[in-house]
Formats: sequence, structure tokens, C-alpha cells
Amino acid sequence: MEIGLGHYLTVAACLFTLGMFGIFLNRKNVIVILMSVELMLLAVNINFVAFSHFHADLVGQVFALFILTVAAAESAIGLAIIVVYFRNRGSIAVEDINMMKG
Amino acid sequence: MALTAIFFYLFSTLALASGAAVIVAKNPVHAVLFLILAFFNAAGLFILLNAEFLAMLLIIVYVGAVAVLFLFVVMMLDVDFAELRAGFIKNAPVGLLVGGVVLAELIALLGARVIAPTPASSVASPIPQGVTNTEALGQILYTKYIYFFQGAGLVLLVAMVGAIVLTLRHKEGVKRQSIAAQVARGPKTAVELVKVKPGQGL
Repeated sequence: MEIGLGHYLTVAACLFTLGMFGIFLNRKNVIVILMSVELMLLAVNINFVAFSHFHADLVGQVFALFILTVAAAESAIGLAIIVVYFRNRGSIAVEDINMMKG
Repeated sequence: MALTAIFFYLFSTLALASGAAVIVAKNPVHAVLFLILAFFNAAGLFILLNAEFLAMLLIIVYVGAVAVLFLFVVMMLDVDFAELRAGFIKNAPVGLLVGGVVLAELIALLGARVIAPTPASSVASPIPQGVTNTEALGQILYTKYIYFFQGAGLVLLVAMVGAIVLTLRHKEGVKRQSIAAQVARGPKTAVELVKVKPGQGL
């Protein structure tokens, strides 16, 4: 059986939905929310690489590389913020973070 | 071809299963480990798509750096994760509803559209034949997309500086090295010549 573009897009769509479901499911836990965002970015990357392969265009892989870069930067900053917040408040529950607004 | 199909189904099933395990795992350490498994399987999918460089990058950068960073933070923070799971069941219906709608939309989009074969003229950078994936990527990354590459480096630099600035803290009462004071120290400030009379001390 031939594995086509549609197969990869379906896998990526399922992974993206799992990531989004994870955000709803773990609304209190920032760390799991960050992990869910990573899953969604991974799904996007699978889409880019699949299109790159099936359209014989290398730019998709270049863009996936930049997505990896930005995702790594995002998780580093996000985790740093979580560590600082935990140091100040002793909790990382999302409801408590709401207190930071104006 | 059959082998490719077998590996595709193996990798994608494992990736989806571990993705599901990430979001339902009780212990966040297990969630991080399942995230690593998901990344490994996605790297397998990338290899099936002839993107070896990105597959290795995913394993080295993601598993080696980002996932381990997650692991460190999860283990470092002394948080009662059981308490954070309260409302897990309560939020599930809304999540299932939204997730189901999004998945249905995506599947409908995939099913309804026939993806057109690309005309060769619209390909920005065709994959060159006879060179490895890494070499092909390098050939365009350092020439055609050099500004984007530099921009990516800048993003990483800003992220590094930002993470350090956020988490660095100065404790009071810790003796620190003062380089300016060390460099400014000369014979005049450091050495004191004293005449000592014989038989007496100082």
C-alpha cells in the first residue's frame, strides 16, 4: 500500500488535535500545557516535512528548521518564567497566575 | 514499499499513542518521557520522508536539550501535581468537543480537497539529486536563506539571554569575585614594607 501525503497529514492532524485536547484537559498545569504546545508544533513540522517531500521542495524543511529553533527558544523562556514564578509564589497553578494582571 | 508502509504505521501509531499518554499521564515525569518517545517516532517519520537532517536535529535538539530541560524543571519544582489535576474530568467534555470539531474540520478538509501535484515552476528550491539531505539543506540555508538563518540565531541568543536574566538571582551575603578590585590591586596596595627591629616583633 502506497503511503501518500494524505497519510502524513492525517497523522499530523491527529497529533495537533491531541495537543489542543491536552491544553483543555490540563488547564491548571502550565508544564503540561507547554508540552501540549510542543506536540502541536511537532504536528506542524510533520506537515511541513511531508509537503516538502511530496512536492520535492526543500524550503519546507528549511522552515521546519526555523520552527524547531523558535520552539526551543519558546520552551526555554517559558520554563524560565515558570521557575521564577514558582520561586516567588510557591505554586504554578494557572489560576494563581491570573493574579498578575493589572 | 510494504516495508515503508509497515514502518509508517508503526511510527505514527506510536507517536499518537505517546502523544495521548503525554496529556493523560498522572505523573509529569512520565509525561516528559512519553513526549521524548513521541519525538523519537516523529524523527522516524521524518526519516521515512527523506529528511534525515531534521530527524537528527529533532533527536539532538529536542530530546537532548528541550525535553531534558522539561525533565529538570519538573523534577526541580516541588509542586503537588495531584492537586493540579483537579478538574481533569470536568474539563474533558469541553476539550473533547473542541478537539473533535477541529479534528473533524481537518479531516473534512483533507478528504474534500485533492492535493494538486505541484507544477515545477512554483517550486522554490527543488531537492537536488545525488547529494545528501544535509548537504542539500546546507547549500540553500547558507546562501538563499542566510538572513533567516541569522535571524534564527538571533532568536536563540535573545532566548538564552532572557532565560539567564530571568532566573539569575543575587543572594546577599555571598562573597563574590570582584574582577575590577583584583585588577586594580598593585604593589602599592598589596605590599607593605615594614622595618623590623632585631629581637622584637612587629
